[in-house]
Amino acid sequence: MTTATAKVTREQVEDFLYAEADLLDNWQLNEWIALFDQERGSYFIPTTDAPDADPNKALFLIADDMPKLRSRVSQLLSGVAWAENPKSHTRHLVNNVRIAGMEDDALLVKANFVVFRMRFQNIDPYIGKYHYKLLPENGTFKILERRVVLDLEALRPHGKVSFIV
Amino acid sequence: MRDGSNTAGLIIDDREDGIFRVHRSVFVDRDIFELERTRIFDHCWLFAGHASEFPKPGDFVTRSVAGRPMILVHGEDGKIRALMNTCRHRGNLVCREHKGSGAEVFRCFYHGWIYNTRGELKGIPGEEAYSDAFDRDALGLEPAPRMHNYRGCIFVSFDAEIESFESYMGDALAVLGNTLDLGEMEFVDGQFKYSMRANWKLLVENSMDGYHAAYTHERFFSQWMPSEGLGLGYQPPPVPPRRDGAAASDTRRGTVPLGNGHVTTNYPTSDGRAAVSDGYLTKHAKEDLEQFRQGLVKRHGPDKARMVEGGAGNYLIFPNLMIIDGWRVFRTFYPSSPDYMEINGWACLPKEDAPALRKARLEWYLAFQGPGGFATPDDVEGLEGCQMGFATHKEVEWSDISRGMKGNLAGGPGELQMRVFWREWNARMTGSQHADYTGD
Repeated sequence: MTTATAKVTREQVEDFLYAEADLLDNWQLNEWIALFDQERGSYFIPTTDAPDADPNKALFLIADDMPKLRSRVSQLLSGVAWAENPKSHTRHLVNNVRIAGMEDDALLVKANFVVFRMRFQNIDPYIGKYHYKLLPENGTFKILERRVVLDLEALRPHGKVSFIV
Repeated sequence: MRDGSNTAGLIIDDREDGIFRVHRSVFVDRDIFELERTRIFDHCWLFAGHASEFPKPGDFVTRSVAGRPMILVHGEDGKIRALMNTCRHRGNLVCREHKGSGAEVFRCFYHGWIYNTRGELKGIPGEEAYSDAFDRDALGLEPAPRMHNYRGCIFVSFDAEIESFESYMGDALAVLGNTLDLGEMEFVDGQFKYSMRANWKLLVENSMDGYHAAYTHERFFSQWMPSEGLGLGYQPPPVPPRRDGAAASDTRRGTVPLGNGHVTTNYPTSDGRAAVSDGYLTKHAKEDLEQFRQGLVKRHGPDKARMVEGGAGNYLIFPNLMIIDGWRVFRTFYPSSPDYMEINGWACLPKEDAPALRKARLEWYLAFQGPGGFATPDDVEGLEGCQMGFATHKEVEWSDISRGMKGNLAGGPGELQMRVFWREWNARMTGSQHADYTGD
């Protein structure tokens, strides 16, 4: 490990991820998107049948660069994204946080998640693993890449990924 | 109240006065759902998959088609087969992977029976226990009663006596051919597997509904498109050729019945109508797109090249294959109960796409389509809301699908395409093979 990772503790990473989860569950999406590297940030969800695929070649559920992610957030807060108006109740549970190494300047982090979405009397659990690339910055981090790999075999009966998983 | 065996009176189709209504029991009634299985899904040509999903001998995918577990397999002999995924001995699934490659055999783990990739039964542990009358050769994996490979699109039917694929398709065959003329088409890796807590016929209607777009998809048109500096990207086409004996009024907005319940919201024309993806692809992959177009013109000539690229709008191959040509979406969906369907979606794109063009096509696709797109989730939300509303079906009995009847299209997109579907549905549910005429 390089000196950059040696300075970072798992506790720091956990604090960051727990704070992020809190922003998402509170629908503070403008504050959430500020966590990203504003130029190079990205947010991916591969399809359930091709979790390791390359977004340049394969169909994804979500493959957002920053302009698209900004649009997504603005849409979700606009009141005309009907899939989230009224807003779903969500609860992000994050655990098994691990620092997996470095790639260039970015810290590679893996974590498990269960995100519950409650809507119209249904409870849909989204289960899987986060793969983060985090840029250490002033004692905290900027998100370079946030890849959400679902363990679900299909989005059934969930039907959609209309909120931020 | 009507019982399930009486399907008369579920549709009010008054061409003279211009009224079309659908009784909401068709979305909730379990007897009607069971009848749909036997009168529609058991007697249609159904889309099962694309040959590019299993390109080499030993490649396979498994999926449910009209509730039947199927193996689509590229056999060691180079032939593609659609086999029922059930052991001939006692029934277990013989293949339990979603997809795979390099398979040599399918082995049922229950008692160890082994089938090759042609579906032939090749091994039975303790075979000497069977009598002379036992016929191993007759116990291969059962194929779908009928299968047709149309240029890589694999259709099956569970009706051994069904009419030929070409006869069933009617004028839809040329429209599908036009979609596939864009290149050497493949299903891109990564499949949308999702669902809706809604009746399957709502998604038929929704997938070719022009009226809902500006409202349900307000965020796509008012936020994402402008943020990309894009307009709508296409002009409504002029009057296309008549089909299915349609009155001229049917075709003003480009909606054309194609016979047997198939219908398109735009008949492909060579009038120079741009593809809906045009603005986005030009912005993000201009050079690759120009090169791609040169190839298209070389293969087809300029007129047909425009017709192929502009595509057919959204079209239905009855009962449940939706092709949304502006994105080359292939979408199929099967109900497992009146209020729940499982949906499969694919991107069918040209293999010859250069990397930047492929990337731009995928971005364009994802912006609108799929469970994480900027449009599809709102369709899911809307149709699930309709289904919730149908709990009132005993008090609020009818849905109205009259828009644009009597040639009145002054108020924007009509609903002829849905009436075409419903007329074929109604004919089949009341015991006919096809509707005589599906236009207004």
